[in-house]
Amino acid sequence: MKKVGIIGVGQSNFVRGYPGSIRELAFEGFKEAMGDAKIQTQDIDASIIASAPEYDKQRSPAGVVAEYLGLIPQPTFYIESVCSSSSTALKVAYSMIMAGLHDVVAVVGFQKMSEISSNESQERMGRGADIQWESPFGTMMPAYYAMYAQAHMAKYGTTPEDLARIRVKAASYGQINEKAVYRKPVTMDMFSDPENNMSADVARPLRVGDCCANADGSSCIIVASEEKAKAIHDKPVWILGIGAASEAVNMAGREMLTGLRVGIEAGRQAYEMAGITAKDIDVAEVHDCFTIAEMMAYENLGFAKPGEGKDLIASKETYKDGSIPVNVDGGLLSKGHPIGATGGSQIRTIVLQLREEAGEMQVKNPEIGLVHNIGGVGLYGNVTILGR
Amino acid sequence: MAKKEIDDRFKKFGTVSFTAITKTNDFIDYLANGKVMGSRCKNCGAVYFPPRSDCSSCLTSSMEWFEVTGNGKLLSFSELKYGPVGFEGDLPYIIALLDYGDYKVFGRISADLGYEDLQVGMMLKTEANVLPNGQLNYIFARP
Repeated sequence: MKKVGIIGVGQSNFVRGYPGSIRELAFEGFKEAMGDAKIQTQDIDASIIASAPEYDKQRSPAGVVAEYLGLIPQPTFYIESVCSSSSTALKVAYSMIMAGLHDVVAVVGFQKMSEISSNESQERMGRGADIQWESPFGTMMPAYYAMYAQAHMAKYGTTPEDLARIRVKAASYGQINEKAVYRKPVTMDMFSDPENNMSADVARPLRVGDCCANADGSSCIIVASEEKAKAIHDKPVWILGIGAASEAVNMAGREMLTGLRVGIEAGRQAYEMAGITAKDIDVAEVHDCFTIAEMMAYENLGFAKPGEGKDLIASKETYKDGSIPVNVDGGLLSKGHPIGATGGSQIRTIVLQLREEAGEMQVKNPEIGLVHNIGGVGLYGNVTILGR
Repeated sequence: MAKKEIDDRFKKFGTVSFTAITKTNDFIDYLANGKVMGSRCKNCGAVYFPPRSDCSSCLTSSMEWFEVTGNGKLLSFSELKYGPVGFEGDLPYIIALLDYGDYKVFGRISADLGYEDLQVGMMLKTEANVLPNGQLNYIFARP
């Protein structure tokens, strides 16, 4: 079977209050990816633009962004699966290339979360769930993930301290990632200090320190057919497996509260397509919008058995020098989570790791990497496996 | 010509309703009469909560109502210290999920129950409730 390669990756700095418009923000990630691929805009056959539309004032952003990037008259369109929009867009780009429709496709993810007020943003996040039956109770993203945390704690004895360890790890790498929005250190003491904001309740049992930061940002992944990828880049990274799944939007429709079924299913598909198992993964980026989400990802992807995620983080196996390094770029917790750009940023991190260009964050000699990107509260799941 | 009447009863559901028009509007009349209802497919017997007007198992649209009665097992819960726009007056409040075996019910915990009173696995019952602003919802209370 023919392959699809990644020939360019880029992302903007993830920041609070980006001082520009969405098209200018998208340009930053795109420019870096184009510099990586060393190609011209006319070499790109099509573009896919990804964001979460509830934050955009611009209707149908694809055309506006594509024009600003110099990608007209080539085809462009918009893809959305909330926080996993750019991973879904990557899957579509992969399909278009495998189908022989195009040779080179740019996936551009962006989100300017500061386009609307923080209050408006919270109201919209609540409406990411079922607006007819659940939002009228006053739901929010942290509270949904807190329900998963509560169930995980009840079943497996996981503690708030186990979750805090994940934030401490994230911050240790966020400090050295110059593109991260949160660059300060976080210690376990902050979580046990009632005066420290990190320990303040948001949606019990989750605290401020368990939650990722909103940010403005963009990312870009340029993919190409096997032939083109080899011709364009001296170190193309290959897409070995892609999996995706969906789940009931209602909590009432969910069979599992101690893990995300979409993560398990998307992972199963991606492992099967790549012909590997969890043991073969050398470095991973998982969707840590909340600490509990990373804990569940360990278990759902097979890095730990169900209920043993806490042991994996306690023994520091997911640190850079551990057996399965996870989110060694700071994750969403420190890097920030600009919804539509997040998946592309995760892909970029793994591509740089596999090319051994991750600088201080570099894991030793990785050959296979995994990206786990979730949309909504386990509503959409995407797992992508990459190899050198 | 008389103005066409719009059936927007569903705007009564919850502290803030985001839906006005749905084929499940009768849910609101039942709620006003103290009953929390789910729906069952008359063709294949599939049971739904929240209620639906169409069956995704057999793709027919012939549903009947059934009442949520008895106790359900508390599967999980979270207490919100921050709420979305429009819910500030309710804070803090607890959302939860009850398991009734054939179906589950998502909703609010009764204001008489505190976070410390709750434990995953305990039994609670579902009750229709009138909110201070006159809106309707349902809550989970001690049996």
